[in-house]
Amino acid sequence: MIFFNYLIFPGFLFTAVVGMLASWVDRKVTARVQWRKGPPWYQNFADFIKLLGKEVIVPKQGRFLFLIAPLLGLASVTAVATLLGRSFMYPAESFLGDLIVVIYLLTIPAIALILGASASSNPLASVGASREIKLVLSYELPFILAVAIVILKSGGLIRINDIIKYQMISGSILGSASGAIAFVAAILSMQAKLGYVPFDMSEAEQEIMAGALIEYSGAPLAVFKLTKQMLLVVLPFFLISIFWAHNPSTLWIVLKYVILLVVIILIKNTNPRVRIDQATRFFWGPITIACIIGVILALIGY
Amino acid sequence: MNLKLKALTKSIWVFHFAASPCNNCDIEILDLLTPRHDVERFGIQLVGSIRHADVLLVTGVPNRKTGPKLKEVYAQSPKPCFVVAIGSCALGGCTFRGSYNVVGRVDEIIPVDAYVPGCPPKPEAMIMGIVKLLNSLKGKT
Repeated sequence: MIFFNYLIFPGFLFTAVVGMLASWVDRKVTARVQWRKGPPWYQNFADFIKLLGKEVIVPKQGRFLFLIAPLLGLASVTAVATLLGRSFMYPAESFLGDLIVVIYLLTIPAIALILGASASSNPLASVGASREIKLVLSYELPFILAVAIVILKSGGLIRINDIIKYQMISGSILGSASGAIAFVAAILSMQAKLGYVPFDMSEAEQEIMAGALIEYSGAPLAVFKLTKQMLLVVLPFFLISIFWAHNPSTLWIVLKYVILLVVIILIKNTNPRVRIDQATRFFWGPITIACIIGVILALIGY
Repeated sequence: MNLKLKALTKSIWVFHFAASPCNNCDIEILDLLTPRHDVERFGIQLVGSIRHADVLLVTGVPNRKTGPKLKEVYAQSPKPCFVVAIGSCALGGCTFRGSYNVVGRVDEIIPVDAYVPGCPPKPEAMIMGIVKLLNSLKGKT
């Protein structure tokens, strides 16, 4: 049963298919915003199969790290999808502290990108890797503070399923003032975690070609793209389950997911790319200060 | 027709190599991505790295500086990688033929799969060139 959960339903296959479709919605809406027609619905599947059939070029140094890095990211995203899905499906089987495990696992795709880029021994890839490191350092602080507000609001619960149950009884955490501040901070951190505009400077096509992914070809590139598309499913579901789960029926969750997807795409299409120092200043300045105010509000009960 | 080839024909990622052109062909290539022609509806994307490319677009006359670079870039591409020569310069040298620093046509340096003549070729002509390339791929197997 656990293997079914890992490989088929909430885990790998389901998340991959939904992620590719969500990523198609992103490309289609982007095209419509720019008055274009946009690709057909199977575009991401065609890209994935095509990349699997291409030649894989591996640099001479760091062969092992270069090839293991994409799999590391994919495995951690699959684990997060399984943990989240199982805490909805089998509440009794989740373990204490899975919220903290999920926060750690959500950092690994970025670390995998940094490792792969560093192993590819390309100067532009190392620029991309250094930008990604700075970006991780920037957005992790407000993200963890936002999750800390959730833990404070729910009275010290660190099991995802307990937080969902708490919200079913006393309303979603998003409804309170501190919860709303935390939700906005978490959405902005999610945009950076996904590597979307305005925080896509590690893959900036116009200045450093494909940045961290420049030396990747064929199947490893397909795995990196798939990891990113799966994150587009996993991160909104994580935010819904800890902030906005007053009614965890399937219809409501799908509706909330669509709303969050629209928010992500709108942020992506209405902003220019910021420089890495601007991103760091943005996350450590206004967003972190707002989160600290949120923590204080949560402590005094708002 | 097998699945791999079908996926390849539906998702062409293009890398643009400018072998010292006069930039007219480059502007026409960029026109393909604008709302009027929008080649992304066929899955065609412009990529920044040759490692991601399926098709190498070459514009301009290869000279003593860009000729060796062109050979190197082609060697760096993951196979299968197809080459499309765009514009009269890439096809035959045009007005620069016989000049002191020209090393030859594009197909004397790397194998070329499709030719799009014109100075500069219209975006419609380039789409037709890609369609002919894809049809020849489908016909091979």
